[in-house]
Amino acid sequence: MELKRVVVTGLGALTPIGNNLEEYWKSLEEGVSGAAPITKFDAEKFRTKFACEVKSFDVHDHIHRKDARKMDIFTQYAMVVAEEAMKDSGLDLEKINLARAGVIWGSGIGGLKTFHDEVTEFASGDGTPRYNPFFIPKMIADLSAGHISIRFGLMGPNFATVSACASSTNALVDSFNYIRLGKADIFVTGGSEAAVVESGIGGFNALKALSERNDDPTTASRPFDKNRDGFVLGEGAGALILEELEHAKARGAKIYAEILGGGMSADAHHITAPHPEGLGAKNVMIDALNDSGVKPEEVDYINVHGTSTPLGDMSEVKAIQEVFGAHAYNLNISSTKSMTGHLLGAAGAVESIACIMAIQKGIIPPTINHFTDDETFDNKLNFTFNKAQKRDVKVALSNTFGFGGHNFSILLRKYEE
Amino acid sequence: MSEIAQKVKKIIIDKLGVEESEVTPEASFTNDLGADSLDTVELIMEFEKEFNISIPDDQAESIATVGQAISYLEEHAG
Repeated sequence: MELKRVVVTGLGALTPIGNNLEEYWKSLEEGVSGAAPITKFDAEKFRTKFACEVKSFDVHDHIHRKDARKMDIFTQYAMVVAEEAMKDSGLDLEKINLARAGVIWGSGIGGLKTFHDEVTEFASGDGTPRYNPFFIPKMIADLSAGHISIRFGLMGPNFATVSACASSTNALVDSFNYIRLGKADIFVTGGSEAAVVESGIGGFNALKALSERNDDPTTASRPFDKNRDGFVLGEGAGALILEELEHAKARGAKIYAEILGGGMSADAHHITAPHPEGLGAKNVMIDALNDSGVKPEEVDYINVHGTSTPLGDMSEVKAIQEVFGAHAYNLNISSTKSMTGHLLGAAGAVESIACIMAIQKGIIPPTINHFTDDETFDNKLNFTFNKAQKRDVKVALSNTFGFGGHNFSILLRKYEE
Repeated sequence: MSEIAQKVKKIIIDKLGVEESEVTPEASFTNDLGADSLDTVELIMEFEKEFNISIPDDQAESIATVGQAISYLEEHAG
């Protein structure tokens, strides 16, 4: 069976450093940090008092009050980016076969704020259950996929991927594979997350996963710096329209990039710690390369998982050096989490978008906040520290790794006939 | 308008996202104000919460319009 080619024809982003694709890319290029003191709740008693929140966002500018109140924030974010990406793609819903247009959407957690609020209300009452009928359909992680399908009438394959911080790369790889196999023509895919909530910050703090650099939030996310002390929680969403190549060509669509392959693996090691030798990370990159038929030497840019945790950054670099050998020195490597923070289940979507824009613009977004070299890293590697670099990017790879040991990579290439 | 009627209207406007002018006594939650089955469950729960009463299911089913809600609550609340 001949596999179909899959291209990206629409993008949408809502991030801590920009509320649409254009603003997001501008901030990536300029090296802007999205970190600031938490505004969503009083964080005074929390070990970490800052995060990368979405800013200047009023949901009612985008979604009718009547609909917005039936959605958790992670779904509101999903709707905003899906709308932007659909518009960007120029798809005419009256002209496409809606039964062959699907939605696969990732979220690591789902409606954490809804869960937090409803349970808090119950716990502070006299034991009488007064749960809101929208509690469950707001909270469950698959509801963004459901809402997007309802909004656009998309009746093809529809589900959510939940693989922690790899969830939205998981969604992209699944969407890619379904189109490749001829099961659908179009997917609205990506992911969203909204975990800047007391239980989100408190929960990750308990894991000692978050940076506690409260005196200087904007420099806290510093992947590969010697003094990195954990990740900075982010929130937001990214959407991509994936389309079968001939379908896209037939309607004269703008093509951003082609997806060539997806990698999947598990660490099978620990619930939160990465494999010390980066075994799962190594295997997932090899799997993505094999799946796409691209040689390691052809890769120009890796947007790494690079969360700014002491162990995670180290094992990923080990894996890159094992997979790419001497070519590792020719790569541009960057962690855009240095700017956006860690969007958990939405990370893969916004980082794939960063790769696609790097291909489009010939610019590698930087790893900001580099102050002190960490001697454990080979100093011949190019981490694109502090300033964006110009480079003609033909092939880019985006890595995401999640708690539970789930690893996904996606390989993107400049579109050529 | 009674205090109860004002509170009922406010809840309906807030929960169903409708304009005040639409909330007439004859207006049906489902036919006129765009409520689905979950919205009506939520409305009943909000009435229970606001007026600190419990509305049995069989009686809740008979509350289908703004006027019916107001008269039920005027009779049973306060």
